[in-house]
Amino acid sequence: MSGRETSPEWPLYEVFVRGKRGLNHVHVGSLHAADDTMAVLHARDVYTRRNEGVSVWVVRSAHITASSPDEKDPMFAPSGDKVYRHPTFYEIPDSVPHM
Amino acid sequence: MPAHHDHESVYSGLLVNDAHWAFGTDFEDPLAGVDTTVPDGVDPAVLARYCLVLGDDALVLSHRLTEWCGRAPDLEEDIALANIALDLLGQARLLLARAAAADPSCVPALPEGSPVPAEDALAYFRADRDFGNVRLVEVPNGDFAETTARLLLFATWRLALFERLAGSRDAVLSAVAAKGRKELSYHRDFAGRWFLTLAQGTEESRRRVLDALGGLWPLWPELFRSHPVETAAAQAGVGVDPASVAAEVDAVLARVFAAADVPRPEAAPRVGGAGRDGAHTEALGRMLAEMQVVARAHPGGRW
Amino acid sequence: MTTAAEPRLAEHFEATIARHDRIEPRDWMPEAYRATLVRQIAQHAHSEVIGMQPEGDWLTRAPSLRRKAVLLAKVQDEAGHGLYLYSACETLGVTRRELTEKLLDGRQKYSSIFNYPTLSYADVGTIGWLVDGAAICNQVPLCRTSYGPYGRAMIRVCKEESFHQRQGFELLMTMMRGTDEQREMVQESVNRFWWPALMMFGPPDDASPNTARSMAWGIKRDTNDELRQRFVDMSVPQAEVLGVTLPDPELAWNEQRQAHDFGEPDWDEFWAVVNGDGPCNAQRIEHRRRAHDDGAWVRAAATAFAARQAEGGRGR
Repeated sequence: MSGRETSPEWPLYEVFVRGKRGLNHVHVGSLHAADDTMAVLHARDVYTRRNEGVSVWVVRSAHITASSPDEKDPMFAPSGDKVYRHPTFYEIPDSVPHM
Repeated sequence: MPAHHDHESVYSGLLVNDAHWAFGTDFEDPLAGVDTTVPDGVDPAVLARYCLVLGDDALVLSHRLTEWCGRAPDLEEDIALANIALDLLGQARLLLARAAAADPSCVPALPEGSPVPAEDALAYFRADRDFGNVRLVEVPNGDFAETTARLLLFATWRLALFERLAGSRDAVLSAVAAKGRKELSYHRDFAGRWFLTLAQGTEESRRRVLDALGGLWPLWPELFRSHPVETAAAQAGVGVDPASVAAEVDAVLARVFAAADVPRPEAAPRVGGAGRDGAHTEALGRMLAEMQVVARAHPGGRW
Repeated sequence: MTTAAEPRLAEHFEATIARHDRIEPRDWMPEAYRATLVRQIAQHAHSEVIGMQPEGDWLTRAPSLRRKAVLLAKVQDEAGHGLYLYSACETLGVTRRELTEKLLDGRQKYSSIFNYPTLSYADVGTIGWLVDGAAICNQVPLCRTSYGPYGRAMIRVCKEESFHQRQGFELLMTMMRGTDEQREMVQESVNRFWWPALMMFGPPDDASPNTARSMAWGIKRDTNDELRQRFVDMSVPQAEVLGVTLPDPELAWNEQRQAHDFGEPDWDEFWAVVNGDGPCNAQRIEHRRRAHDDGAWVRAAATAFAARQAEGGRGR
């Protein structure tokens, strides 16, 4: 039987793909990854496996800040309305050894 | 309610031919439109056998990676391993087809009128002794650490080979290598990243990845041992002598090991012949028995 | 949760539904709407992930290199579909891990079709043709479902799913042009999967308690029986092209209804499979549990590594 996993779940990332040059990055979905580097690898595998994109951005869902939508939303955490507005430009961190 | 049929158009997908529907599967004839003339002065039998052993490496490792499907640590890794398996399967198919085109006599004979294409006859109707893959790729999967370590070793080695092979005098090999380079470079990054993660993750993951590397290490020197076919292919300007990439591969691995704080294993090479000569572990025969069972039951079948 | 603002919020929600606009994650929604969505999307996601197994079992035996690549790409897509749908579900405030635990505990279900075994390579084709075909009938209307993230995930799923159906049909057509043995394999496979495929649309409308409310909320767009009829009408001409017989003696064109009459699926069998007594229920969950448990140390390692990187430290 599986025991309850004690290690925290990998955080959620939002993925943005530029379909071709000249277009904006567009939100295509989410995925889980332990950190930013892994998120980029996962995004490539999950969301561009049919060659859909020329460039991928990932950003932690928790790091997105948004304006307040017109609805009041008592449903979720009262602080910080978060939606995908201005994902900051993302660079791959230099933690993978250059091979 | 008003019917919005904007998205119902996905039905039309059934009627169009979208080459992207499943990455790497849109081919009928893998060498369609490619010049398969054997270059001047090259022994077709040498070229064919050389393509075959490189193809077998990819075919067998692709099969092992495919065994992970539905069993990976998470959905994201399941998808990633499948992508790598698909890349290697694509390389295998091209290389086997190239072998058959260069020297049709290497293709096993099938019953008269069998529709089985040559590359499938090579994959599904050869015995284990006729496979020329290195033994490293046929070892059963073990855990995710073992898969990571094996992929790191294999992709690092094969990438170095393919970078040179892109200059092959054989147009097909050159094209396969040029395409494969990009794929292998991603495989190496993926495996390198996970190797580092496991080595620097938890006590358990570090123990597992060190065990895995130590277990695979005795099979590693075989990859750099020049087989007569590789030497001949290199001399003819169509292939690469694996001994020639040893120093480069070693330097890359040394950087990964240093970043991961992993000591270089010291295990002695395993005796018992070489996969390139058809001397395999017990695991290959079992793997092929499963892989070939349906194809062999229907030698006249169409798939 | 009741607040003073709730009546006004409920009005806003109802108005959005009424003009067929989408509900988005941060909008207020009735708790029952949220719970229904979580149940439906999770069940759908679980179905994709469990659905990798019956066909995935043939990956290591696929009889040609091309078929092997097609099948691997297809099963991989199912992992992707599961992932898109879990993500959609996560916008409703549940985590993938919670959903996985509910699946493994049996608190959430998946489509019963995947509790049937795959016994020949023809089953790969039949699953593509009939099972994915039925899934498309079920899923295409969901692209217009009222909850935005679900609808967007479904658009992507449906696009990929239509190729799945095509590859299945193409495999069966190819096999029908092969040997007598292959033709027998195809017919035998269709015989086994036809009735379970019809059951994929769920119980008859008069035995489907949740349908009315889901339709009112725009979560569901058609009733089970409507979708089942559509599927039968779509499949009959395809079976003719293929040259196989659908195993239902009552199947006949009804000129008056401009639709096919067809026999009643064995609903006792349906409920038995739903309630855990299908041929493969235990095996499917056990497989999923093993993969999940075997992966725990890998997920933990990545988390530990990420934490260490974030601290800027090296070494264990």
